[in-house]
Amino acid sequence: MDEKTIIAKRIAQELRNGNLVNLGIGLPTLVAKYLPAGIQVFFQSENGVIGMQPLPEPGAASDALTDAGGSPTSIIPGAAAFDSVTSFCLIRGGHLDVTVLGGLQVDEAGQLANWMVPGKMVPGMGGAMDLVSGAKRVIVGMTHTAKGAPKILKKCTLPLTSIRRVDLVVTELAVIRPTAEGLVLQEVADGVSVSDVIAATEARLIVPPSVPTMQLAA
Amino acid sequence: MCKLTAIEEAVAKIPDGASLMIGGFMGVGSPHRLIDELIRQGRRDLTVIANDTARPGVDIGKLIRAGAVKRLVASHIGLNPETQKQMIDGAIEVELVPQGTLAERIRVGGNGLGGVLTATGVGTTVAEGKQTVEIGGRTFLLEMPLRADFALISAWRADYYGNLSYELTARNFNPVMALAADTVMAEAGEIVPVGLIPPDQVETVSVVVDYLVARSN
Repeated sequence: MDEKTIIAKRIAQELRNGNLVNLGIGLPTLVAKYLPAGIQVFFQSENGVIGMQPLPEPGAASDALTDAGGSPTSIIPGAAAFDSVTSFCLIRGGHLDVTVLGGLQVDEAGQLANWMVPGKMVPGMGGAMDLVSGAKRVIVGMTHTAKGAPKILKKCTLPLTSIRRVDLVVTELAVIRPTAEGLVLQEVADGVSVSDVIAATEARLIVPPSVPTMQLAA
Repeated sequence: MCKLTAIEEAVAKIPDGASLMIGGFMGVGSPHRLIDELIRQGRRDLTVIANDTARPGVDIGKLIRAGAVKRLVASHIGLNPETQKQMIDGAIEVELVPQGTLAERIRVGGNGLGGVLTATGVGTTVAEGKQTVEIGGRTFLLEMPLRADFALISAWRADYYGNLSYELTARNFNPVMALAADTVMAEAGEIVPVGLIPPDQVETVSVVVDYLVARSN
């Protein structure tokens, strides 16, 4: 299983029946593919729709129906479309149960940086700052390291997306839960030891006496 | 009163240096023809307020490529490297605004309100130079209203008065921008006789629309 699949499958287990969920562009969109059987959630896209699903078949695209990256998508019966004001009322107003976002860095305070690298990449924050500030639950899905360098740091060196503490960080190596006391190592991936995770992490990790292995569907 | 206007005549009312709100989200629900006409007429030094600049050479990306934009207020330019390059080269001044904050700043600009208090951006670079307000133990940023000289918006369907309805994710910033500019130009995919849009389906009311143009000839 490649690292993105591990991350997406593990995050999919966090979704509950009836949740309103926003998936960021990139890795987080994979989460939709691995919803556990029997779980129905509603996917929101910040460009103005609830009830998004992948395109059912080629040729069924509409110019007026895309995801937040501008790619064609489709919707389930019972879907709703709305303008950007309403979309962000849902996001900021506590109506969005879960947002899943990619990350560049997360630190010991559980703060996320994911919107710019000064001097190199300045894409703009899009909806990320509103999503992290307003969603009931924020899950970060990212690779544990970038070119071997840790992304889970004592303190973020990149500009923060929000000062809000995120709720869960899922990587191909581990599941980490930020708390008021610090980052708790909640699970390790199959074949990965606690010391492997510590070695790949700059931040201090709180390691419980027993750390279970991530359980993923085949 | 019929608002239908020849596109050349409508766009000729926009001077160089004007501020424009332009609807659309990655080119979806953008006023394609109004943008093309702005370029054909060679407009320069524009301030553009929009969610994004689409992709290189597409919709608002055409204005960027043409060098028509002096200042940009947007939430995301990540899918248009040409915008990023012009920003880094100093050819274009860019103000990046969180998307929800952008929507609300435009909303209050069109609603006669004095500002927005939002938790979005508190403690980040977005907060630099801005006033914060404590309410109920929470910290909020004061974000200021946005208005423009012109709003260029895109609708699915219009009647000749300029009542508008929209389609799916082509709605996005269009309805809110239609309230926040001194002059509103709407481009519609279909223009129907007055009375054919049921009152319950009118999302932008005709009184705010000044000029109506057809998307196709």
